[in-house]
Amino acid sequence: MKKTDVIIIGAGPVGLFAIHQLGIKGLDAIVIDNLDKVGGQCIELYPDKPIYDIPAVPECTGEELTKKLLEQIKPFKTKFFLNERVDEVKKDNENWIVNTNNNNQFSAPNIIIAGGVGSFEPRKLSLKDAEKFEETSLFYAVRNKEKFKNKNISIFGGGDSALDWALELSKFSKINLIHRREEFRGAPHTLSEIKKLEKEGKISIKTPCQLSSIEGDKNITSITIKFDNGKTEKIETDYILSFFGLIMKLGPIAEWGLNMSKKTIDVNPENFETNKKGIFAAGDICTYPGKLKLILSGFHEVALASVECFKRARPNEKYRFEFTTSSKTIQGRLGKK
Amino acid sequence: MPKITYKDSSGGSKTIDVENGLTVMEGAIQNEIPGIDADCGGSMACATCHVYVEEEWFNKLPKAEDAEVDMIDMAFEPKKNSRLSCQIIVGDELEGLVVTTPEKQT
Repeated sequence: MKKTDVIIIGAGPVGLFAIHQLGIKGLDAIVIDNLDKVGGQCIELYPDKPIYDIPAVPECTGEELTKKLLEQIKPFKTKFFLNERVDEVKKDNENWIVNTNNNNQFSAPNIIIAGGVGSFEPRKLSLKDAEKFEETSLFYAVRNKEKFKNKNISIFGGGDSALDWALELSKFSKINLIHRREEFRGAPHTLSEIKKLEKEGKISIKTPCQLSSIEGDKNITSITIKFDNGKTEKIETDYILSFFGLIMKLGPIAEWGLNMSKKTIDVNPENFETNKKGIFAAGDICTYPGKLKLILSGFHEVALASVECFKRARPNEKYRFEFTTSSKTIQGRLGKK
Repeated sequence: MPKITYKDSSGGSKTIDVENGLTVMEGAIQNEIPGIDADCGGSMACATCHVYVEEEWFNKLPKAEDAEVDMIDMAFEPKKNSRLSCQIIVGDELEGLVVTTPEKQT
């Protein structure tokens, strides 16, 4: 079990800035996130889209904002546990125990939930039969390329993931690339590569059409797709790869006994504490009268929550409000002299 | 305030007045219309406010920009008349608009 002062759930901009606000107060934190990288929605949903309402930053992309935040928290050498989802939160006297799906266990007097809209998970095929083939012959990610050698592979989707994997796997397998409309939205050079491989007969492009059924007993043997004009086609298929992006699911958070309004957690706007002492929520996932789902609101929320975290983590010390411009202690913690 | 009708996939329907300037998504959220999640809050980043727009209305609406159409690829069972309701801004010309929410959003 790893002990710390604060367990932060979610490595989006608000979770990252929480590290800063805790760090300058001398508190340690660890961060857990279900994605394989930090940045949350900024990285997953709009890495290239400009954001115009970060104070004093007239314009920056989600990716740039994440980079800047990482730079800002560098002095604190915080440990990140990525690709991990918090499954369980339990009370242990004055502490909270957190268990993850990666069998890690953490203990801390405080938890800050900065989970956005929940954890990102692949969007699944809507066909009912699809589920029984999951992880045997239907996949939402490629973990081991070897598995896909010398097979008939049907890839669904029209974005970069679908195109990139179509290209990569076409080196040693027969690929069907299936999309609901004629246009693909990938990098132009990827698209021209795909077109070239189509001419060479290595990739067969099927548009505009959608999956209508999957055939097979234990493993998939074929799929049937339906074109917009009503025609259907049966395609011999060993594996389906489906790339319809990620969706956000609240997941286990709903089961931790927190007061909730729809998919958000009720907090006290004085310190952003939930109905459970020592569990805070900030950013898009929290709600209170007048709540705005803005990154800047999340920054404010973790600043206030960090004060309460200090009181709980250091019950014998007095909290002193300090400015970074004048506090030698803070400057020391930031590695400045 | 134009009247907008939100139908669901099982035939239920609700008609409400939506203030000009709001989006069809915001109209639904403020009036607790089920079937529209709008997880990203209207930043065209999630496709969980996906609706089907009745044919006659679909052609009257300003065309979806590329980024919206790209995002609709990610929606649950997209069709030719799919739109993201966060991108449809309500004005007097939308009096009587009818949209249908999909069976589910994710």
